[in-house]
Amino acid sequence: MIGKDLLGIEDLKREEIQRILETAQRMHEIGLREIKKVPTLRGRTVVNLFFESSTRTLSSFEIAGKRLSADVVNFSKTSSSLSKSESILDTAKTLDAMDPDAVIVRHPVAGVPKRIADVLEAPVINAGDGAHEHPTQALLDMLTVYQEKGQLEGLTVAIIGDITHSRVARSNIYGFLKMGAEVRLAGPPPMLPPNPEVLGVKAYTSLPEVLDGADVVMALRIQNERLRGAVFPSVREYSATFGLDRSKLRYAKDDAIVMHPGPVNRGVELAPDLADRRPSVILDQVRNGVALRMAVLYLVAGRRSEWEQRIGE
Amino acid sequence: MTRILIHGGRVLDPSVDFDDLADVLIEDGRISRVEPGIEVRGAERVDATGCWVAPGFIDAHCHLREPGQEYKEDLASGSRAAIAGGFTGVACMANTDPVNDDPSVTDYILARAREDAAARVYPVAAATRGLKGEVMTEMSALRASGAVAFSDDGATIMDSAVMRSVLEYSKLVDAPVMVHAEDLTLVRDGVVNEGPVSTRLGLPGNPAAAEDIHVSRDLQLAALTGARLHVAHVSSAGAVDLIRRARDAGIQVTAEVTPHHLALTDEATLGYDTNTKMAPPLRSAADREACRKGLVDGVLDVIATDHAPHAVHEKEVDFVDAPPGVLGLETAFPVVMDMVSTNELTPIELIRRLSTNAAAILGVPGGNLQAGEVADIVILDPERTWTYDPSKGYSKSRNSPWDGAVMRGRVIATFVDGLMVFHADRGVLVQ
Repeated sequence: MIGKDLLGIEDLKREEIQRILETAQRMHEIGLREIKKVPTLRGRTVVNLFFESSTRTLSSFEIAGKRLSADVVNFSKTSSSLSKSESILDTAKTLDAMDPDAVIVRHPVAGVPKRIADVLEAPVINAGDGAHEHPTQALLDMLTVYQEKGQLEGLTVAIIGDITHSRVARSNIYGFLKMGAEVRLAGPPPMLPPNPEVLGVKAYTSLPEVLDGADVVMALRIQNERLRGAVFPSVREYSATFGLDRSKLRYAKDDAIVMHPGPVNRGVELAPDLADRRPSVILDQVRNGVALRMAVLYLVAGRRSEWEQRIGE
Repeated sequence: MTRILIHGGRVLDPSVDFDDLADVLIEDGRISRVEPGIEVRGAERVDATGCWVAPGFIDAHCHLREPGQEYKEDLASGSRAAIAGGFTGVACMANTDPVNDDPSVTDYILARAREDAAARVYPVAAATRGLKGEVMTEMSALRASGAVAFSDDGATIMDSAVMRSVLEYSKLVDAPVMVHAEDLTLVRDGVVNEGPVSTRLGLPGNPAAAEDIHVSRDLQLAALTGARLHVAHVSSAGAVDLIRRARDAGIQVTAEVTPHHLALTDEATLGYDTNTKMAPPLRSAADREACRKGLVDGVLDVIATDHAPHAVHEKEVDFVDAPPGVLGLETAFPVVMDMVSTNELTPIELIRRLSTNAAAILGVPGGNLQAGEVADIVILDPERTWTYDPSKGYSKSRNSPWDGAVMRGRVIATFVDGLMVFHADRGVLVQ
């Protein structure tokens, strides 16, 4: 059903997204058991290849792999000699020689997971590449919204923040559009991508406008280095114009939910009390991240027929 | 006396607008006669039936990497790639190691070229020491050593006062100043053309405005100084328009465009292939059309390859870290032949832009087929198709966006000083 790799939501069909979300729902149940482990990927090796530091995504993939009984090996920028300018072909060949069953790649530059996937025998899962895509984040976001709203079709999703530099935004735009939702963007103009129409969305610069009728409000993390004056004047100015609090949220639908890919800059993108309590669903997103990544590992690393049978038992 | 008779071909000499079937007689390395039906005893006969016979191409802009980066290219390999692509003369940029900012380096390049090169090599010297954009080079000494032009190329001179001095001083040596015109403070970390493609790729964008701004500045400085400005590898519609208007206003400016900017758009970058990373970047379809039209109209004078070899391992990194630039010498002719196929250019107008105009800008021999001229000649088959495989080419590097492409238009033979140095079926014929 889904191809060899999971490189981006742009490449997925609606039915494939549906299948991943359904599988994740089943995986979610495993996380509720006393013994949170199934033998599905026993004897399989999953490699986390992280060229960019990450705690959340790395841990989420690691836990997902372990719950499926895979052997999980982490190569990260800090623990190995991975260097930014290492030959991608060398990296791929080195990995291939270790015969992994899935390789999860995060890299600060867009396109690297694809270039690795082009030469690697094993399936590659993109765990975030530059400002390009972060497909598992978007899938877990869609799963969370689905759980909250019972559907994705017909919803209005507002994504707010530094869209230009956000892989989370790109993947969510592709995903929610494919599932029949409307997606709108908002942020300070220097943080809006040129030609947003190629992504199939409209960009706004006013919070009341973008929130009007929204079912889902997704705030993006503002990277501190971007706030040092080059594209935006100050944290104070940002939080005043695009930071969400309960009073600004009134522009959205009454039952709108608030999401954030984390980690939250409290008081910048989200008011602290909004980050902690409903309608924010941030911890559900994290919880769903594990289930979703189990589903992806199962569908990608465990796509061979014997495993298909085993899960069916 | 050695005599070679190239017979039966369609002779294209843009210098006198000659386009007709004729024979070309070479005697002792020089062209002696061009006319139909030449009968001469004791001449080696080269059949050019069905082919074009033209002055050898002259590349105003390439990187031959010697001295210092011989693992990418050297004068021997680069000049062999040149003759295989029909180029009998190449102007090589100064970003070698050491930089060609001192007469000793120019002398070295020319001495090595005399030993090793299969084509004529014309060093372009740096405009400022170490390409740092601060202190001017000794232009008269460099000129005396053989530099044909001055340029910091990709190390764009951002300081306008320094650039003004360079242009003014260049009048002393009557050589063009070539500029890689991009406002680097606006380019920042941009690696692909800013627009729909950069948005889809999630790679940092480099707006065409960065080129337009800098071309505009340099045109203003050319007007202020009256010096000879040559704008390298024009890639944006805005730059073409600015140059057109400057020409109309009487400013002394010439310009070049590369085969890749004429043929490709930023869409080629969608697979993240680092062999589509260049500076300036591949731009939109509208920019490409403007460049093609600018070349047709004569706003852009020459096709220059910006041949920029990089080793495989250097290009095999992520898109941001990969050095910009692609090979160009061996593929230029078939790539730009497309503009003849589409009737945008006649064959003679194409040759003018590959040869005659560059000879005039650089002030070097060739670019015509007149009696008495050096016999730097190329025989071209406009119909022959072939598949380009950079691993079988003459460059030491392989960084081409046309790897594996089926090409239409083939260089059949190249002559330098009346000597056949390349033949399509026999390869390079010099030691």
